Formats: sequence, structure tokens, C-alpha cells
Amino acid sequence: MKKTCEIAVTVNGAVYEAAVEPRLLLADFLRHTLGLTGTHVGCEHGVCGACTVLVDGDSARSCLMLAVQADGRSVETVESLGSIGQMNELQESFHAHHALQCGFCTPGMLMTATDLLRKYPLATDDDIRKGLSGNLCRCTGYEHIVKAIRAVVKTGKKQ
Amino acid sequence: MKPPEFDYIVATDCDTAVAALARAGGEAKILAGGQSLMPMLNFRLLHPSILVDINRIPGLGFIDETRDSIRIGALTRHFQLETASLIARHFPVLSCAVAHVGHLAIRNRGTIGGSLSHADPAAELPMMAVLLDATLRIVSAAGSRTVAARDFFLDAMTVDLNGTELLTEIVLPKLPAQTGWGFDEIVRRHGDFALAAAAATLTLSANEIVQARIALTGVGPTPLRAADAESLLVGRGFDENLCRRAIAAVREAISPETDLHASADLRRHLAGVLTSRALTAAWRRGRPDKSAA
Repeated sequence: MKKTCEIAVTVNGAVYEAAVEPRLLLADFLRHTLGLTGTHVGCEHGVCGACTVLVDGDSARSCLMLAVQADGRSVETVESLGSIGQMNELQESFHAHHALQCGFCTPGMLMTATDLLRKYPLATDDDIRKGLSGNLCRCTGYEHIVKAIRAVVKTGKKQ
Repeated sequence: MKPPEFDYIVATDCDTAVAALARAGGEAKILAGGQSLMPMLNFRLLHPSILVDINRIPGLGFIDETRDSIRIGALTRHFQLETASLIARHFPVLSCAVAHVGHLAIRNRGTIGGSLSHADPAAELPMMAVLLDATLRIVSAAGSRTVAARDFFLDAMTVDLNGTELLTEIVLPKLPAQTGWGFDEIVRRHGDFALAAAAATLTLSANEIVQARIALTGVGPTPLRAADAESLLVGRGFDENLCRRAIAAVREAISPETDLHASADLRRHLAGVLTSRALTAAWRRGRPDKSAA
């Protein structure tokens, strides 16, 4: 049995090389190997959406991908969106609309919303809610999250 | 939890993949989109000796048109299906249904071949394959074969694939002109597996149904076609009375189970309601004077 695989993954624009066990989840690679703890791990079976990242620009559950599958790919995590000093428009909108309470679901919400805003017109709040249906907020703060995304849709800027 | 240990191979073409499957003697699992396999590994419900990753096989994700059919590569992601103009033009019922599969992050990764091979009893794509009379192309180290979707689904999460075979392509015969369609499902939350779902196509000629197809999912171990309901529609114009008879035939044909999410009675009731909605929409869309979908 091959114990480790050499991989090279671009994460938030920087290339990281590592030897990983095939069974290492992408979420754990990001958090434990690279120390990028912005990506949160909730259910570990693709239900809660907290670990959502972008892989080659498309949102994906990082608990449902192996790190070896990201070899040669480009991964973007919540750390890529902005910093506390300089948040991006979506993050600013979450802040302005009180779209986070405990903050656990927030990275997944932001990465999911980023992909939704690129792919769908989100003409109605119902469309936004359907788009967020795979992301659980146990504070149940959905109303403000929908408002925050609605505000970004209204500006019409591409994410 | 975390997945158990396994060996891992990246297949670069179908030959490499099926050779690895043959070597593993049925102990391998194919990793496609991973949206069902990975949770099962994380839960340690499966302990494959090796994962054969087919994601990097070039040319396994495609949507092509031939004279009589649309060919879909097994590695085609749900989001590609959802947004493909060829699918929207020829199988709007499929475009509609696939938008109900999971959530965007799942549709970005999940594949049609994976969904059909996994065969969740409430999944939309197996029902679409059965509704649209798909033919599935399967390869192994021993050769290739085709199987009709209606013969492919054997039981819940059990299909006509042995552990050394790989589903490579789904062929959908084009629908006749003047065919209307309908799809609807009941879910607790958008993107969940359906409590029940129904889809129909009606091919019309001079306001008479000449071909009817009704498929259901979530109401038994496999997706199914309601053959009795289909045959009583043929040769007639659609009206309330005919719809009631079709609903009765559908409810007669299914044997849903009670589980945590819904009772058998509720599922049987929903199957009728959804059949009625699907047929009504198909009739409306199939009529030339009301071509607007």
C-alpha cells in the first residue's frame, strides 16, 4: 500500500507541496497541514456546508474531497476573500447586515455565496434561500444572511 | 469521522481504470464526484482496498449530439447538465430535474455516472434515465456492453454493475416532436432527497396522446415506470377524469415504505399528486397552441 502521495496545490495563489496520505481530506489538509483554519469542519459528510471552498473556481465541500484530488488544482478558501483590515464587498455586506452570530457557518456561507453570485441571477430572496439550502446556520441567522447577499446582488458587481 | 486507509490510483484513461478494477477483484471503488462515496468512507461504511480516481480521465465528461440521440459522458457534472444548451433544447425535463439535485457545491462535483451507479432510491437522475429510456454503456477489462436503464436498477443502491465494471456513457434517444414534459417533487428542504418525485412526457398528435411515459422515484427501492398508467393514457385526450384514473393506476403500482421522513401512506398520496402535476404540465407543454413552457 502506497503510504503517501506527493502533491502540489495552489491555495489562495501560493503553491504548497506536501506528502499526504491518500485518505487525508482536503479540509484537514487546509486546516492541519497548511494551518488555514478559516475553513471550518462541521459534519464531515457533506451536509452542513461549513467547509465549502472553491476548487478551480467552483464551490465544493472540502470534507468530500481528498487532498490528493486537489493536486495541480487551485483552491480558494475564506482567507482569499479579504482581511479584517480590508474585507471584500460580500464580507462588508455580511458585517453591515449582521449576517453572522457565532461565525461557525460564515466561511462556508461566504464561499457558497461567492459561487452563487457568479452563477445565478438570484432574482428573488427565494432563489438565495434555495442557493443557501446546503449551508446550515445553527444560530438560525438566515434572514440576515439573505439580506447581506441581496444587497450584493443589487450592486450588480461580479464577485 | 475520517476515511479508512486505502490505496489510491489516478486513472488516466478507461483502460487503466478497468485494469485497476480487475486487479482489485471487486474490492475497489470508483471515485467520480465523490458526493456519495466520500460520506460513506467518512462514516467507514465502506472499506475499499483501493480507490480508482476517474476524475482525470480526459474525454469522459461530455455532452454530444448525434442524429437520433444525445450522448452524455459518465463524468459530466450535474452543473454541466443543468446549464447545457443541448440538454435544455432536447430534454428540458432533465434540465429541470437536475437543478433539484443537491446543492450547488454538490452539483459542481457530482457526476451523472456516479449518481446512476450509486442508485439512491430517491435520486432524480436514475428516474430521468428510466423516464427517457436511456441506454448505458459499460466497460470492463473483459470488453464492453450496453444495458437499458430500465434493467439497470435492481434494488436500493444496487445496479447491474459488478465491481470490475465502469459506466462510461449515457445515451438518451431524442424525443418525438410535440412532446410535452412535467417534473415535480416534494422535499422538506430544497436540495434534499425527495420524499417522492414524478416526471412525465406526453407525445401528442391532434390533441390525442400517442405516447406516454411516467416515472417515479422515492416510492420504492428503485425508480420505476408506471406502465399501466401510461397505457391507459394512450389514444385519449387528457382531462380530469383521465388524470384521476392515471393517479389511481400509479398508486396501485407502487409499494412505498415508511421511514423517518414519511409514511408509506403519505408517499403513496404524494405519488398521485405529483403524477397529476407532471401530467398536467406535460399536456399543457405538448399542445401546439400552447407551446410556451
